Amino acid sequence: MDDLKSKYLTLIDSVGDETGLEDLRVQALGKKGEISLQMRELGKMTPEERQTAGPALNALKDEINSALIAKKSALGDAALDARLRSEWLDVTLPARDRPAGSIHPISQVTEEVTAIFADMGFSVAEGPQIESDWYNFDALNIPGHHPARAEMDTFYTHRSDGDDRPPHVLRTHTSPVQIRTMEAQGAPLRIICPGRVYRADYDQTHTPMFNQIEGLAIDKDISMANLKWVLEEFAAAFFEVDKIEVRFRASHFPFTEPSAEIDFRCSWVDGQLKLGEGDDWLEAGGSGMVHPKVLEAAGVDSSVYQGFAFGLGIDRLAMLKYGIPDLRAFFDSDLRWLRHYGFQPRDVPTLHGGLSK
Amino acid sequence: MKFTLSWLKKHLDTTATVDEISDALTDLGLEVEGIENPFDKLKDFTLGYVTHAEKHPDADKLRVCKVDTDEGELQIICGAPNAREGITVVVAKPGVYVPGIDTTIGVGKIRGIESYGMMASEREMELSDEHDGIIELPSGNVGDRFVDWLAINDPAKVDTVIEIAITPNRPDALGVRGIARDLAARGLGKMKPDEVEIVEATFTTDLSVGIDADTLDGCPVFTGRLIKGVKNGPSPAWLQDLLRAIGLRPISFLVDVTNFFTYDQNRPLHVFDADKVAGNLRVHRAAGGETLMALDDKDYTLQAGQMVISDDTGAQSIGGIMGGRNTGCTEDTVNVFVESAYWDPVQIAYAGRALKIHSDARYRFERGVDPAFTPDGLEHAVRMIVDHAGGEASNLIVAGKVPDVSRAYKLDAKRVISLVGMDISESTQRQTLTALGFRLQGDMAHVPSWRPDVQGEADLVEEVARIASLTKLVGKPLPRMAGVARPVLTPLQLRQQAAKRTAAALGYNECVTYSFIDRDAAALFGGGDDATMLQNPISADMSHMRPSLLPGLLRAAARNQARGFADMGLFEVGHAFHGGEPGEQYVQVAGILIGRTGPKDVHGEARAVDIYDAKADAEAVLSAIGAPAKVQIMRGADAWWHPGRHGKICLGPKKVLGVFGELHPKVLREMDIKGPAVAFVLYPEDVPLPKKKLTARPALQTTDLQAVDRDFAFVVDADVEALTLVNAASGADKALITNVRVFDEFIDGSLGEGKKSLAITVRLQPTVATLKDADIEAVAAKIVEKVTKATGGVLRG
Repeated sequence: MDDLKSKYLTLIDSVGDETGLEDLRVQALGKKGEISLQMRELGKMTPEERQTAGPALNALKDEINSALIAKKSALGDAALDARLRSEWLDVTLPARDRPAGSIHPISQVTEEVTAIFADMGFSVAEGPQIESDWYNFDALNIPGHHPARAEMDTFYTHRSDGDDRPPHVLRTHTSPVQIRTMEAQGAPLRIICPGRVYRADYDQTHTPMFNQIEGLAIDKDISMANLKWVLEEFAAAFFEVDKIEVRFRASHFPFTEPSAEIDFRCSWVDGQLKLGEGDDWLEAGGSGMVHPKVLEAAGVDSSVYQGFAFGLGIDRLAMLKYGIPDLRAFFDSDLRWLRHYGFQPRDVPTLHGGLSK
Repeated sequence: MKFTLSWLKKHLDTTATVDEISDALTDLGLEVEGIENPFDKLKDFTLGYVTHAEKHPDADKLRVCKVDTDEGELQIICGAPNAREGITVVVAKPGVYVPGIDTTIGVGKIRGIESYGMMASEREMELSDEHDGIIELPSGNVGDRFVDWLAINDPAKVDTVIEIAITPNRPDALGVRGIARDLAARGLGKMKPDEVEIVEATFTTDLSVGIDADTLDGCPVFTGRLIKGVKNGPSPAWLQDLLRAIGLRPISFLVDVTNFFTYDQNRPLHVFDADKVAGNLRVHRAAGGETLMALDDKDYTLQAGQMVISDDTGAQSIGGIMGGRNTGCTEDTVNVFVESAYWDPVQIAYAGRALKIHSDARYRFERGVDPAFTPDGLEHAVRMIVDHAGGEASNLIVAGKVPDVSRAYKLDAKRVISLVGMDISESTQRQTLTALGFRLQGDMAHVPSWRPDVQGEADLVEEVARIASLTKLVGKPLPRMAGVARPVLTPLQLRQQAAKRTAAALGYNECVTYSFIDRDAAALFGGGDDATMLQNPISADMSHMRPSLLPGLLRAAARNQARGFADMGLFEVGHAFHGGEPGEQYVQVAGILIGRTGPKDVHGEARAVDIYDAKADAEAVLSAIGAPAKVQIMRGADAWWHPGRHGKICLGPKKVLGVFGELHPKVLREMDIKGPAVAFVLYPEDVPLPKKKLTARPALQTTDLQAVDRDFAFVVDADVEALTLVNAASGADKALITNVRVFDEFIDGSLGEGKKSLAITVRLQPTVATLKDADIEAVAAKIVEKVTKATGGVLRG
């Protein structure tokens, strides 16, 4: 029996493929296999002989079976190894192409600004871009003869012969949205109004269309000091620094009184702008306390309510924050520019996750 | 507005430095735009003394001079006729920049002889136009700085010039005296008195001035005096220096006087040459069509209603805007009529705009000069003329009367504090207003006549805040709403954001193109009519409001093609305009794809873009903005689409959510696009809002029973649309069929002329019991029947 065992173990060990292995299995354990035949002999034995030969034969059978299974697995592994060795790809070939899109800086910055002001309780209001001169000028305390009208380089719409109405204008600021929103919602109110505005001016630093964001807060006890705080908070949050000193300079806008120009403390070092430090001031926009005439024009009782308004340039904020040099390129749609200055579609600015990556 | 430090000091007694004054002005709202110190550009010039001069051996007009300087004796070649021994001169040594000739002096050879510097003329140092010879100084020591000599002997020449920006509400600051008043109120000095000793009348003139009754509202008062026997000519040096310092060219004394008071007191004046005035003067409204040549040598034709000053022969001066050449003063004028009148700002603004004249007078009258100062301004001018040019002054002629602009507003000290948010005591508030010329009577503040901008209580607040300094204002937190901030965006705003992020994620680059476009491009997309036309476009390329975002994107694409980009996806979200009235605008989401899906690639997957790309992207964006998944696709959109290759995405025949397709080749050719382009345009405002916002999803329905997929292929006419077939198949058993999907379209002659094969896979999902073969066969037969009925197609064998 030991001979049988060593014979098959040797054979199994030396067999080179699965067919040979199967042949061996049949030869040893098949119906007419050597071991099976010996098992059949058990019946002819005495009970005493059987008592020793039986378990021994069973053990032999199990041992050969295990050897067969182990060999089969080893042969399978070897075959797989051989196949995998032949399966080789050039992993340095380029991956499948996926087009990469981008979000325009104006959209991105508008969302950033919206996130900041939403946190301070401001909602977003919008309005017509073609406006009546009443909403664009008169309601904002800019009467027909006011020099500011001429200075604004206003675009007017065509009037055909016989149409004697004053021409409409392309809104020169987003301020008419303030009037429309106050008319519709009354006070108290906190809104920002982002959007396109138009002025007939085109040179190195001006485009006939640009984007503005206005803020308006009306309540019973809002002061210019509140305005300054809001702008300080906004500036620090937007430019992602600890603090930016805001300077107010007295100025004049027909729709606010008192009026102030907004400056942010900054420095220019080697053409690089740094906000919040240095000895320079960056002009950021205009602001002031809403003129009582403007409140009255929008149907808000100026003896009860007061509040502030401010205006900032979205394109300018984008240029300052992201180091974009030329305003005119914003509207040129040069793919190289869109890809370079654009934003990843999934980079949605949030206050908890950060405005920029 | 420019002025000099010494001019300011004529009105303000101050020891403040230029820096202090400059900071205060900017903070007060009189923003300093520039400070020019002539000191800086002349600081390197020094005094020298010519010890020896002889003719240049090779040039008749040149002299070789030996000049004593702080660096010892220098040899300087000079061409000035007055270069000679024994004079004190101003020397620019090598390395000194000479502003008048924009040159830095070097060592050079002139006709073979070396020259180590230059002796300067007044023009070379930009002190005057004088260039007849080099400067000869009556005093001074060798080596002294020329600026130090000037500071002692001719300080006006080294006067600091300050330029400030004036906001339209501050006409008073268009005069130096008004600027001084602001500074005094801020505490930077004391105002000096402004008194004039009136020149006594020595005769009574025959000249009379009348104002027509219908013109009194535009010119309520007109004053004048005739001065006989003046000697006109160049102004005295101090006046020339002042005018030149602020960028005005001295003309003649009489004219210079009017310019001086324009800037000194914001009081425009006019001087007529009385000998050229025929008869009397009359202020009246133009009938229309009158012409005159104004002082700028241009001819103007007056429109009816504009105010004009005429003599007996006709129009001589455009009231409040510009005098006429005909009766203007010249060097030869001996009898001068000086005019000081008040003109209504609104009427001047309209007339000035209509005539397109930009004069100092118009600029000031349309912002508002001090009406009460009208006669005083005249007396100042007459005094100055008589003092310097002699002559005898007539009696004062007054037509009309000074308008009463007195008014008073309540100073509510508490409201001021509440609005500004700064603790300014009531006494300080009153003190501020008083310093600015307001007269306080109880709590009423009477407005000075030179402040037309102050029209209510709010203006008092501004004055107090401005003088107190807004720079010093300390921010105070704006109270926050209690609790967690709530969302603020409207559904449409959210949709626009979602559309942008989705389109960008699909590989499109977002553009922002102009809202106006050229007429031809607009016309190709259903616009370009007069209703959306601008009256004053900046160029013909930007003449019409865009009817669609597509033309702007196509123009952008053409520019990118010209830059060498063949493949691109561009999109924009913004407003299109369907009319010229406020509100005739709506939001579009538009995307275009041009070229191939990507560059040539190793996987061989790049291919030309087609309408199914545009359709997929349109569906993805619509899904992102909450459009229902089940839509109809219809044909018949506008003419700029390829007639056979576009579809409208609809909810019913009238509710169009968007359009996708190929753009019409003719349109693309007009827009200079190379090759075909596919596009989508979506209307997010037309996507219905969900009825109620429910956060809970409907319960998930699943079954363990196995679903069965069965494929069918039908031969149908080539123009049968897949959706018709799909809908027919879906309708065969609405309970059992959960999905029908087209997976193959096959067009081949073997199917017969004008035929095609469409293959669909139908998923059957039992919910009660496992499907048996018989069940499946029954449904299959129903599907074939329904499809045949709807499309005429037959099951392909």
